[in-house]
Amino acid sequence: MIKKKKNITKPRQSWTFDEYTNSEIRRAANTGIYDIRGGGSKRKLPHFDDLLFLGASISRYPLEGYREKCSTNVTLGTRFSKKPLQLQIPITIAGMSFGALSGPAKEALGRGATIAGTSTTTGDGGMTKEERVHSKNLIYQVLPSRYGMNPDDLRKADAIEVVIGQGAKPGGGGMLLGQKISDRVAKMRTLPKGIDQRSPSRHPDWTGPDDLAIKITELREITEWKVPIFVKIAGARPYYDTALAVKAGADCVVLDGMQGGTAATQEVFIENVGQPTLACIRPAVDALQELNVHRDVQLIISGGIRNGADVSKALALGADAVSIGSAAMIAIGDNDPKWEKDYNKLGSKAGAYDDWHEGNDPAGISTQDPKLIKRLDPIKAGKKLSNYLKVMTLEAQTIARACGKNNLHNLEPEDLCALTVEAAAMARVPLAGTNWIPGIDKY
Amino acid sequence: MGKIEIFDFKKKTLRQINQYLQNIDYKKNLREYVIKNPNGNHAICAGLKEDIKVSIKGHVGYYCGGMNKNANIIIEGNAGTGLGENMMSGTIHVKGNVSQSAGASAHGGNIIIDGNASSRCGISLKGADLIVRGSIGHMSAFMAQSGTLLVCGNAGEALGDSIYETIIYLAGKPKSLGIDCEEKKITNKDLKKIEELLIIGNIKNIKPNKFKKYGSAKKLYNFKIDNISDY
Repeated sequence: MIKKKKNITKPRQSWTFDEYTNSEIRRAANTGIYDIRGGGSKRKLPHFDDLLFLGASISRYPLEGYREKCSTNVTLGTRFSKKPLQLQIPITIAGMSFGALSGPAKEALGRGATIAGTSTTTGDGGMTKEERVHSKNLIYQVLPSRYGMNPDDLRKADAIEVVIGQGAKPGGGGMLLGQKISDRVAKMRTLPKGIDQRSPSRHPDWTGPDDLAIKITELREITEWKVPIFVKIAGARPYYDTALAVKAGADCVVLDGMQGGTAATQEVFIENVGQPTLACIRPAVDALQELNVHRDVQLIISGGIRNGADVSKALALGADAVSIGSAAMIAIGDNDPKWEKDYNKLGSKAGAYDDWHEGNDPAGISTQDPKLIKRLDPIKAGKKLSNYLKVMTLEAQTIARACGKNNLHNLEPEDLCALTVEAAAMARVPLAGTNWIPGIDKY
Repeated sequence: MGKIEIFDFKKKTLRQINQYLQNIDYKKNLREYVIKNPNGNHAICAGLKEDIKVSIKGHVGYYCGGMNKNANIIIEGNAGTGLGENMMSGTIHVKGNVSQSAGASAHGGNIIIDGNASSRCGISLKGADLIVRGSIGHMSAFMAQSGTLLVCGNAGEALGDSIYETIIYLAGKPKSLGIDCEEKKITNKDLKKIEELLIIGNIKNIKPNKFKKYGSAKKLYNFKIDNISDY
């Protein structure tokens, strides 16, 4: 028998072997399989929270917060397309697939985006009627899997997005596990019901930037050069990838940092590959500026955008717009505490649920289960999303006015300072209270 | 014989030629077109929509006939990468050789190649039938989902790697089979399908019973940790 020990210190958990790490080791030992989950990086990363706006002062005067105009509209795809995308707000909805999400969830995203005057994006698995009908501006993704890809839908799109990578998994493909493959999903993807559907990491018909240029030409020819073509890259090598996307003929570059979500991939991938969003923006803007196309080729930043402050910080660093995925899901009901009991049954809790690939989402969003799907009212959810988008826009306008800007796109790095050395280096703005920009200035 | 309209790349641009062919004026009642001096241009006849016949007199570059619907495209030369990629229906007939990724993700219709096809022929195929009179390169039918790949010659390494429901008929030998691809027993239904494809490809010098059938062993259809060495 073990006897009670006296004169002890307070038990101390190892920083290296913390509770989560130990639980993962036990899980791996018990199951023999790596952990798959949805979402983006959950670790604490340098982020927009590490930046602050300076606001107006004697040398800068503000605009009146409630009366003076602060423009928010943005035009995407002005470089080559005949019909650029005209958006009322610089916040778009990122690509999320039908299959990963339910039909009503896709409908809700379309409804919300349309009310707010912005665009939504398809995803792996093709274009559904729900999202086309309810999305005034719909971006059609061309992905390596080409699931559901067809020229008729391509021509119905308001823009095309060639997906090279996702911030959650640069260099990785996707996986839709068999339990989420309903009859409809299977049919759209030309695969049998119930089997795991792998989305490859490379496109089947091109490799490298020279091929990409020809691929973009083909897509322009099929759509008669009408709609903009975006190129989506992960936050891997943002300087070079942005430059190569421009060289290949992109109208817009979508840059997704490692906080950007995925429907499903390995935990080890999400947390250990790619760069934080904050670290990606300035190198991408460098590439655009050096090629003399900054603002002509629009830059859309995604990965961990949550509020108007994040929007304005991304724009101040040189982005033309941002894109939201995880935040949009939360807005329509993902991880809502009202389903706490169900999350608990699944071994999780509201706010932490990320087993989206299993198809048991209590909120009825990342599922194909007919009973769970009914939990989401696409009209109410769409309204919530539009409310959220409007609040984000108002917040961004509030900050911009305080910085004396009558257009969100007039925000600039000079409006910012950083709270940490890391954020100062990544965003290339001075550390608060100093003139020091690490990596740029001598101290 | 009806009137044939001729386009010449020496006189018109790619956009002008594709624009015309993508938006056929039915009042002219023309169904047959010839393209001269293609000179390896890319994306020729991409996105055609109607049941027309287009004969291309020479070599073409990447993505010829990409996303084709209904059209019958004949290439009297060689073709570059991504021939007929994501084709939905219709026919593409190449009288020469073809580069990599022929018929990539093609959903329907027929692609006939009189010569050889390079690597990744029929990659992620989604329902079209590919008929190759010659041989094909490595990684052909990689992750091919549906449709048929008939090859009269040989196949390179890793034929049918990670294949789903596509069926491969091969008269020659594969250098190696890819992961989860196996030889399957040929049935009368298969022989009938082979015969149909040989007729479509106008191939008369080889009998259906000379072909072997390959398809998915379906061991990787759902993830199993015991198959980890295959991943």
